[in-house]
Amino acid sequence: MTFVPKPKARHPLLKTNEIGLTRRDYEAIVSTLCAGCGHDSVSAAVIQACHELSIPPHQFAKVSGIGCSSKTPSYFLGNAHGFNSVHGRMPSIATGAYLANKELKYIGISGDGDSASIGLGQFAHIIRRKVDMCYIVDNNGTYGLTKGQFSATNDRGSTSKRGVPNLYAPIDLVSLAIQLGASFVARSFSGDKQQLIPLIKAAVLHKGFAFIDVISPCVMFNNHEGSTKSYTHVRNHTEPVIDASLIMPRDEITVEYEEGTTISVPMHDGSELQLRKLSDSYEPNDRVSALTYVQQAQEEGEIATGLLFLEEDAVNCHDILGTSDTPFNGLEQESLCPGVEKLEQINDSLR
Amino acid sequence: MTSFNEFVIRFANVNGSGSASANGMFAKALFRMGIPVTTRNIFPSNIQGLPTWFEVRASSREYFGRRDKVDIMVAMNAETYKEDVNRLESGGYLIYDSTRGRPRELYRDDVHEIGIPITKLILSEFSDPKQRQLFKNIVYVGSLSALLDMEFDVLTSMVASQYRGKDKLIQPNIRALELGRNYVLKYLPCPMEIQVKRADLVGDRILVDGNEAAALGAIYGGATLCAWYPITPSTSVADTFEKHASRLRVDPKTKKKNFAIIQAEDELSAIGMVIGAGWNGARAFTATSGPGISLMNEFLGLAYFAEVPAVVFDVQRAGPSTGMPTRTQQSDLLSVAFASHGDTKHPILLPATPKECFDFAADAFDLAERIQSPVIVMTDLELGMNQTLSDPFQWDDSRQYDRGKVLDFEDLEQIERYGRYVDVDGDGIGYRTLPGTHPSKGSFFTRGSSRNEWAVYTEDAQSYINNMDRLNKKWETIRSLMPSSEVEHRNGRAGIIYFGTTTTPMNESLGLLDENGITLNSLRIRSYPFGPEVAEFIDAHEKIFLVEQNRDAQMKSLLSFDLGIDPKKFVSILYYGGFSISADYIVDEVTEHYVVNKLPRLREVES
Ligand SMILES: Cc1ncc(C[n+]2csc(CCOP(=O)(O)OP(=O)(O)O)c2C)c(N)n1
Ligand code: SF4
Ligand SMILES: [Mg+2]
Repeated sequence: MTFVPKPKARHPLLKTNEIGLTRRDYEAIVSTLCAGCGHDSVSAAVIQACHELSIPPHQFAKVSGIGCSSKTPSYFLGNAHGFNSVHGRMPSIATGAYLANKELKYIGISGDGDSASIGLGQFAHIIRRKVDMCYIVDNNGTYGLTKGQFSATNDRGSTSKRGVPNLYAPIDLVSLAIQLGASFVARSFSGDKQQLIPLIKAAVLHKGFAFIDVISPCVMFNNHEGSTKSYTHVRNHTEPVIDASLIMPRDEITVEYEEGTTISVPMHDGSELQLRKLSDSYEPNDRVSALTYVQQAQEEGEIATGLLFLEEDAVNCHDILGTSDTPFNGLEQESLCPGVEKLEQINDSLR
Repeated sequence: MTSFNEFVIRFANVNGSGSASANGMFAKALFRMGIPVTTRNIFPSNIQGLPTWFEVRASSREYFGRRDKVDIMVAMNAETYKEDVNRLESGGYLIYDSTRGRPRELYRDDVHEIGIPITKLILSEFSDPKQRQLFKNIVYVGSLSALLDMEFDVLTSMVASQYRGKDKLIQPNIRALELGRNYVLKYLPCPMEIQVKRADLVGDRILVDGNEAAALGAIYGGATLCAWYPITPSTSVADTFEKHASRLRVDPKTKKKNFAIIQAEDELSAIGMVIGAGWNGARAFTATSGPGISLMNEFLGLAYFAEVPAVVFDVQRAGPSTGMPTRTQQSDLLSVAFASHGDTKHPILLPATPKECFDFAADAFDLAERIQSPVIVMTDLELGMNQTLSDPFQWDDSRQYDRGKVLDFEDLEQIERYGRYVDVDGDGIGYRTLPGTHPSKGSFFTRGSSRNEWAVYTEDAQSYINNMDRLNKKWETIRSLMPSSEVEHRNGRAGIIYFGTTTTPMNESLGLLDENGITLNSLRIRSYPFGPEVAEFIDAHEKIFLVEQNRDAQMKSLLSFDLGIDPKKFVSILYYGGFSISADYIVDEVTEHYVVNKLPRLREVES
């Protein structure tokens, strides 16, 4: 179902997008997270990205697990339905919802506890199933909502607020996602909206499972000296390897890059994704080399960011299953119920 | 004295030896001769090598319960030979492979022994090792056809239709049948005193198991997503859903499917997908057994509290823990009724026959969307995995799915302010909207945290209480929508309550008890929460026998919980050995109660 929203009288200063909506139409209730929490910047980036994409807000469905991060779908796209499910199990909710209606845009928000600990199994399997969605992890290396325990993405040796070092090796969700077959894998930083917004836009438009690991500092429990997920540490150690920008059909191309350094990817809605390589040796279309690069950077204490892996024209879950063009939730009874005549044949076959 | 169409035959085989299809063919042949039959698989949690048994009970009186002793034993497994011989009724028939000798000490002079050199016959006729193994089973079916005086062409025509398209296999199978048949005709007194005779007692009924019936019910009920994780004894629900949906739900032109099956990574994920699809307006279900229900607990609580439709089939097996995975029980009752933490409760449907599995499966989808909550259909291994005589499936083409209270774009246009949990109609059920319906109205946030009726997060005590009380009001609406119990008054003084597969032997138990001078009025529970007729029935009797297949009398707790009945009112009859409860067991327990308490066995003549 698509509805053309009625144009409304607008504050002249609020810029409208192609469908006449302002940024405010993409907002929701005010956040109750701690002031300065990285997660709020991610929400702001989502709002900005969706507004710029000019997709009507109600065409999105928001899904999340449990955690401070998972609360954030309340704080963006107020006109979209949201489902704040149970801890670590958002992927199964997203899979079921997507199977029921393939026509909506799905945005999943999870935390590092939610996706890398309790929900690691579901995280792995939603990637395998190639659910068409944009899956964001607000990665702060800690359990914010339960007050600061280490999470599984916390680096070994990184210290807690009380100065205790973490003794266990981290799980890198980006590496996992590349390895398990995600067709769009990116990493960014909540403090870098220049980088994050285009990534979210591209992830939403990408047909396939798009994953963004957003380092999103927890000002309350993991922003101190000694933490590798603090604002300061992340600012000093990010290594952007690919710069992505999304050129909408109506946009003028203003910047011309040197030939050989940009890759241009046409998107399904007519827009164009431009990837600019900041590092010569980076190959974003090759799983093995992308994985190697990401892991090498990690060994060196650097955080590779940008659109780290992209496979265009990936198959999705519905292609694999061969499901009907009409979404399941729109199928009429005639297409679902085989009727009495068929049932009589079945009865006969059981006699 | 010759008896007709009234016996239990047991086949003792080794798991993985290919006996299932031969045994099934035998049962089907009786059924096609118009004789009421039921079958029972007794199998180990193993793929190959361990003992398995298959029982067929033929009964013109339709006494279909499990019996401890059997009339005919086809003893094909040396390992269980002793046990099998002992299981025979005095005067029964022991059929065995006489190719090699057998232990002397196991001779019983009170049974008829029928030795057939099955292996020898096979070796002389077939050279392919695989056929030699498989056709042993066909040979004894051939022998039985003569021993029981069955119509041989019923068997041969079944072989012909079973292997249609693989014509090369028809002749050898018929040859194997003839080998067994001709041997006994030539060398042994035929037929036995137990015989079959064509009858007209089956009518238009069908032979099917509960899992397949439930899967078909799900298809007719409009299910589009089956998300599941393999577990005995529920697996064949998903398997047969796939089998039938692949025929019935594929667009003839585009070849695209109007259904999806996802084998999830575990049961948490399976129920999560069902809830995600239900939230988004598609009918979805999962099928599982006790351990899966345990894993689904958190999600079931979410669906109860967030009010999302979902359908779950729990095909029960014996627990706790892995318990006896290939045995039957009714021991998940409480864990299902209260699945999840907090004040959570779920409605349950309790079918007793394959026909009811079909009906309740289809109804469950209407119900779940009407009440916006999980509905759990509880069967067990006995019903789910054994083919039994059943009324044919029925469907009324004028029936319309009840999609419940869902507002569409036009509805929302008419509304001033939408509130997801506002009890507009006073039945405790609010109006849902589906994602994507309207650009500016009707969106809300679904969550397991407390909220007010406008779906706004709140920790306010009164809002929480209001919401919980509304859910209780909804519970009363649910009660009014559940199928009511089956009550039979026979002028008894006491009553007996039962449910699910206890129904199978109950017919026989009530008959036998009546012969012993104990007449009982009966009530079969078909759902929970209980309808008013349950309280009425209990009130009307001084004593109520309550039959359950679990250790802790879980239904008694549920009746006390839901209706406030004094548990002392019940005399529990409990069987939890993992086989289905037998008619004799019920009879003995009831009778003993009268003997121990020195009660007169009164048949009440009501004034
Ligand atoms: C089954 C279950 N166990 C534990 C919890 C408690 N819990 C709530 S949030 C959370 C951790 C969240 O961490 P993360 O996903 O990283 O989110 P953040 O708050 O850091 O954004 C835990 C353990 C829960 N809600 N459910
Ligand atoms: S506790 Fe940390 S993660 Fe949670 S809201 Fe506060 S800053 Fe954000
Ligand atoms: Mg976290």
